[in-house]
Amino acid sequence: MHSIAAAPHIFWAVLFIVLPLLIVLFYAFTDKAGSFSIWNIVALGDYMPIFLTSIELAVIATFICLVIGYPLAYAIARSKPEHQKIFILMLMLPMWTNLLIRTYSIMALLDDGGFVNSVLMKLFGTDEPVLHIIGTKGAVIFGMVYDFLPYMVLPIYTCVSKIDKHMWEAASDLGCSPVKVMTKVILPLSSSGIISGVTMVLVPCISTFYISQKLGGGTFELIGDTIERQFLNGARNIGAAISLVMMILILISLAIMNKFTDADGEDGGIIV
Amino acid sequence: MEKLIELKGISKSYDGEKVIDSMNLYIRDGEFITFLGPSGCGKTTTLRIIGGFETADEGSLYFDGVEISDVPAYKRHINTVFQKYALFPHLNVYENIAFPLRLKKTSEDEIKQRVTEMLKMVKLSGFENKSVSTLSGGQQQRVAIARALISHPKVLLLDEPLGALDLKLRKDMQNELKSIQQEIGITFIYVTHDQEEALSMSDTVVVIADGQIQQIGTPTDIYNEPKNAFVADFIGESNIVDGIMLEDKRVRFSSHVFDCVDGGFAENEPVDVVIRPEDVDVVAPEKGMLTGKVTGVTFKGVHYEIIVDIKGFKWMIQSTDYVAPDSFIGLYIEPDAIHIMKKSKYSGMFGDYSSFSDEMDYISDADAVEEF
Amino acid sequence: MRKYAWRIYMAIIFAILYIPILTLIVFSFNDSASTADFTGFSLDWYRELFSSAETFTALRNTLILAVLSSLISTVIGTAAAEGIYKMKNKLVRKSVISVTNIPMMNPEIVTGMSMMLFFVAVAGFLRVEYETIGFWAMLIAHVTFCLPYVILSVLPRINELGDSLSEAALDLGCTPLQAFFKVKLPNIMPGVISGMTMAFTLSLDDFVISYFVGSSNFQTLPLLIYSMTKKKVTPDMYALSTLIVFAVFVLLVISNMKKDKNSPKRHGGRKR
Repeated sequence: MHSIAAAPHIFWAVLFIVLPLLIVLFYAFTDKAGSFSIWNIVALGDYMPIFLTSIELAVIATFICLVIGYPLAYAIARSKPEHQKIFILMLMLPMWTNLLIRTYSIMALLDDGGFVNSVLMKLFGTDEPVLHIIGTKGAVIFGMVYDFLPYMVLPIYTCVSKIDKHMWEAASDLGCSPVKVMTKVILPLSSSGIISGVTMVLVPCISTFYISQKLGGGTFELIGDTIERQFLNGARNIGAAISLVMMILILISLAIMNKFTDADGEDGGIIV
Repeated sequence: MEKLIELKGISKSYDGEKVIDSMNLYIRDGEFITFLGPSGCGKTTTLRIIGGFETADEGSLYFDGVEISDVPAYKRHINTVFQKYALFPHLNVYENIAFPLRLKKTSEDEIKQRVTEMLKMVKLSGFENKSVSTLSGGQQQRVAIARALISHPKVLLLDEPLGALDLKLRKDMQNELKSIQQEIGITFIYVTHDQEEALSMSDTVVVIADGQIQQIGTPTDIYNEPKNAFVADFIGESNIVDGIMLEDKRVRFSSHVFDCVDGGFAENEPVDVVIRPEDVDVVAPEKGMLTGKVTGVTFKGVHYEIIVDIKGFKWMIQSTDYVAPDSFIGLYIEPDAIHIMKKSKYSGMFGDYSSFSDEMDYISDADAVEEF
Repeated sequence: MRKYAWRIYMAIIFAILYIPILTLIVFSFNDSASTADFTGFSLDWYRELFSSAETFTALRNTLILAVLSSLISTVIGTAAAEGIYKMKNKLVRKSVISVTNIPMMNPEIVTGMSMMLFFVAVAGFLRVEYETIGFWAMLIAHVTFCLPYVILSVLPRINELGDSLSEAALDLGCTPLQAFFKVKLPNIMPGVISGMTMAFTLSLDDFVISYFVGSSNFQTLPLLIYSMTKKKVTPDMYALSTLIVFAVFVLLVISNMKKDKNSPKRHGGRKR
């Protein structure tokens, strides 16, 4: 009887979540005149290289986040409780600072006329910028790692800090060397944190357009840029088709990753 | 029997507070030894030092004659059953027990055979594929024991393993642990604060308080011949009164001179006298060596617990005969019921049953009110 | 020794996270327009920032939007959580939760795109300019992406609380509605508050969805930052960023101090 309390929300969700997605579907399968067409989908073949570049950069960035972030999360979770609070606060400050500002701050730092180059130029006594970083794939990956590292660290931290302290002792008692303690016990036990961390980094990395615009220097395009460009040019049908494919790809990979975690569907709570 | 484990001058402090104070102890091969003491006495820390989870600040630890103070836990032939079991939640029952064997790259056939054997020993056959989180406390306990024993350690450490179980289950597990220990014949080092558990299971009991060993002995020794007031009070019920040792086998306390069986004290040496409540006979006042007024009687099933005021000191007596409250009774004590102890820093802290009386309850209630 | 290695590792990562933001802050106080050479201390850029009416309009819009969308999403979301909790049918329950989570799982760019197409259709249907419904489109979009976070932080609280308290209230003569407001709501309040805080912050911070759904006559701070970074770099954007970082810092410290008092254990939902 009380489930009626959910009615406004269900109404809202159908109207503003489901219906808009159906409209995307509609746009993806119609032409400008509004009649049915599969040409948008067919034309996606042209965007294949962009898709691949986006996936490549996102996967590399996610992997780097994991490699850097796991030890950080682990170190925080194993430090004194009163220190943990401070470290988490230090992670959350950049996380809650607007993404545009964070991305922009890297650009300002690494630009040809930026702070790093100006210091290097004085050091080497030249008038030419020493490091051309902006406009490379490396810069975009660095930007992704910089922007999204906290999203990797926090869920892993939450997961590791919940592991019973006796697990370390029990594993080592039963014959695990320190390395084996990690690989046989702690890593498997923190897998759910790793998976939510990977999701939370991978999804925004694949779909970003601001990072590639600022740090890529306009030299190459990611899938997010393509969608944005189509949207600006009024080419809504092809934009919708690309969005649709991206959404399906991401939902599939999320579903696959969720298979690996415990079926705690509702317990997605992680941060803050 | 040989010394399997030896602690020499082990000390350990946390934040400047000494939890273990230069402890010396040896543990023989194949014995069931219990560290008994109140919480915070250092018994768990001692166990953790033996297990390799803590390092002592001073002193050294020997295993089979070889110093192992710096050997990490995973290289010691010592396994532990943790207080909250510490089963791995990502592995099922079978894999939890097989865990140590997998590390050693044991063949699949042998793993299967040994895990099955272990499950049979802890009476969990058929539970192989269950998730550990679905097991009851008692079942988790058994898995933890099986997992700790499967790699044939020389010593098993048990840190209050039965603390989380209910009374009935605890009694069953006590018997089972004892029979497992006898079956496989290895050393068990058991930590508990429950004196009954310690007395009923152990070959040797080590009573620990304030980071120091108070007494080592068989359960009977510890009960019958406590070394000081702390041990006497902690193990069972005791009336502990001040006495003067007049000469060998003659002691005076409560203004009466008694014959006893102990000797070897200086003439007129002040001592602590222990009399167990069950060793006192209730007689008519005129026949008693001591007389007192009954201030409280509680029925305990097998016997009555009687509190008697003798010259301001409250004694506890256990008797199968009922006596009326406020009546006067006489006490008769056999010489061999009187145990004499040297004075220690624990003298005067224990052994008075004042807090059992109604009068005392009244006073402490008044205190409680004042606090508000 | 090992401990120091961990310390150094953490110090390096945190340094990398903070150097760009700190550079930004330092150069916001520069007395020249250079973002590479610090020539002297001044508050000129702050003066310039505050002299622009655009900044204040954007700030006002951002706050109005954040307050309204967090309030609306908290009301709908809390009711929804209660309704979902009461749902007997597991399948219905699961599908409601899945649909709710779509805006959280989906890349923001897809959510933004779908909403934009939806509101274009609505404007067409009402035969009005997009700008006319611009504010409402923005508000609805913000409520929609905040909803899952509110539900995610309230639902676990309700699950934890169980039925016994409301049953006791009913037994003592409360109507079901009274039982909810007098007994249940006070007990799930920490979850409601943390959901609302999260909704507020997410709305303040959102750029991608606002970028797609927004119209020229309703600018928010993130949109203003975006347009500022499109042009040539000027330090007034540094000044604005510094103020935002400072505001985030203050909010974080306050909310953490409050959390210490209320519920030290609870971690709310997740943020992208």
